[in-house]
Amino acid sequence: MNEVLTDRLVNEPSPAQLLAMLNVMVTIRRTEEQLGMDSKAGKLPGNVHLYIGQEAVAAGVCAHLGDDDFITSTHRGHGHFLAKGGKPRELIAEVHGKRTGACHGLAGSMHVADLSKGMLGANGIVGGGMAIAAGAALSAQLQGRGQVAVVFFGDGAASEGVLSEVFNIAALWKLPLVFVCENNLYSEFSPSATVTAGSLVDRPRPYGIPTTSIDGNDVVAVWAAAGEAVSRARQGLGPSFIEARTYRLRGHLEAEAGFIQTKYRTDEEVASWAKRDPIPAVAARLLAQGYLAEDGLAQIDSAVMLEVAEAVRFAEASEVPDMSYVEAAGFIRSAELGSR
Amino acid sequence: MAKKRLTQAINEAYIEEMDRNSRLVLYGEDVELSIFGDTRGLHGRFGASRVRNTPISEAALTGMAVGAAMAGNPVICHMMFSNFLYTGFDAIANQAAKLRLMTGGQARIPATFVAAIGGGTSTAAQHSDTPYPLLMNLGGVQVAVPSTPADAKGLLKTALRGENPTVFLIPRLRGATMGEVPEGDHLVPFGKAVVHRVGSDVTIVAIGATVSHALGAAETLRARGIEAEVVDPRTLVPLDEDAILESVAKTGRLVVVDESRDRCSAASHIAAVVADRGFHFLKSPVRRVTVPDTSLPYAPGLEKALLPDAAKVVAAVSAIFGDAQLEAP
Repeated sequence: MNEVLTDRLVNEPSPAQLLAMLNVMVTIRRTEEQLGMDSKAGKLPGNVHLYIGQEAVAAGVCAHLGDDDFITSTHRGHGHFLAKGGKPRELIAEVHGKRTGACHGLAGSMHVADLSKGMLGANGIVGGGMAIAAGAALSAQLQGRGQVAVVFFGDGAASEGVLSEVFNIAALWKLPLVFVCENNLYSEFSPSATVTAGSLVDRPRPYGIPTTSIDGNDVVAVWAAAGEAVSRARQGLGPSFIEARTYRLRGHLEAEAGFIQTKYRTDEEVASWAKRDPIPAVAARLLAQGYLAEDGLAQIDSAVMLEVAEAVRFAEASEVPDMSYVEAAGFIRSAELGSR
Repeated sequence: MAKKRLTQAINEAYIEEMDRNSRLVLYGEDVELSIFGDTRGLHGRFGASRVRNTPISEAALTGMAVGAAMAGNPVICHMMFSNFLYTGFDAIANQAAKLRLMTGGQARIPATFVAAIGGGTSTAAQHSDTPYPLLMNLGGVQVAVPSTPADAKGLLKTALRGENPTVFLIPRLRGATMGEVPEGDHLVPFGKAVVHRVGSDVTIVAIGATVSHALGAAETLRARGIEAEVVDPRTLVPLDEDAILESVAKTGRLVVVDESRDRCSAASHIAAVVADRGFHFLKSPVRRVTVPDTSLPYAPGLEKALLPDAAKVVAAVSAIFGDAQLEAP
């Protein structure tokens, strides 16, 4: 019963699929670098938690999903938003607090959502997406059209109690749900080892949920594991759990330098993980296989940079939302809203 | 029209709406067996796919209701006792109440959380709360509290056809109450109060189980020459402020009866609304009949002493009129 997902590659992504994933990863990277600069320049109303370094996870998992499939994400959700088909300009405008943003500037970085793409939202509550994804999986099961739901969460969120509840119900009801735990080694500012007992990949096993632990900086490994898990879910075989071991190359949030007085990780550690950056790795693989020209990555990068620059101009030229957006998005009657 | 128990009226609303909308599902702890009787027979009628017994996992149940609703399946999430809303509160307060606004209006969350409220049967403090003040303060969930079988059915049907999260609170002591229930598509709009009794001397706004106390008090008061008007808001979010003000404009006096604890209660909110918008109508201070700021005890005598009842309503009205003879014993 306690089946374990195989670590071996059942099959590999085609060069076209791999190129598409590379494109997504570069889009996430450049969009977030831009938002990081905007944050440091004081151009953003709120904070940003960057996904830089973890792009292979979102790209490798979402490569298997269509617009009809659902994901829930975390406070570090830009990557999932973009990998699920969200547009950089809608993300950047949202984080700039503009009415042209994906959520009209009412959500901001930590809560960005695009329901037309099945992206049910980043979430400011750690672990907040777990039960929502399970509910979406229940809906998928009831509708019987082979949809799946994926919940992305971090190693820190794995300590939220609701995860155990969701493991139990998802296994009991054989929900088409894929748990993707991105273990980036830090629970906000605390090293995982100081706040996490045992091994994350062992936690779902007692529920009979197949589990695997993979190198989350290897997009091919992520793609393969996610393919197997998504396929199981589509076939009605129930939930699976993937631990993707990765690393947050930036801080918990961009503004942390302003309030943290002591380092919580060493420069050497960050540098050693920077050497395992998932983007050059996949570019090198494509180059070696002859599917990417010498300047192929640079070409992808230029195109993405153009798109990001256009998105920033779009965001900066956009208007801020007025109160009518609150009124339209909320359901409180206007009389109540305006009465005090 | 036929006379039915309040629990039976709720059961009919589930059946009619699940018949009408094949995507509507119901789940909760022991809903097959049905602790309160409201979900009895549904499992047999609609099957194990749409009516599900769940593990005791309130945090997951409320969150899943949000997710399934966003994905296209409206949910009746049965929470049993309202105290268990607390163990499932994150998804109600942080997700259900907020995601429509936070997604810029993209999300529709047709989730109805059903729970029983109120004391009076020695279930002690962890099974007897009336937590609508918390819910009223969330800024994104509707709150319905019926007092009659007809309103229970009509309000629930409205909730189940809506596209916004609603907490539907059943006054537990009123479950066996009999009343006329219209046949067929009986819908009660949200934000529309009902006047149960017309009167010219004092307005008594009463919620849920306290409506019967208010009506009982009104009979006592009539014998003493005071005509009370009894107004039942039926939904606390949205709140029919105009109906309350209209009544106070006529009577000039207000007593609010509410089974929640006094501090930041529905009663204190209603009193504040009238102070804001209807101060010039008032001939005397507003009185509140609520539960003191304490947990309800197990011992029946103590519990009864703390809960609103008709005598306390009479006493509050008497205090307004300054007539010591009207004081309850």
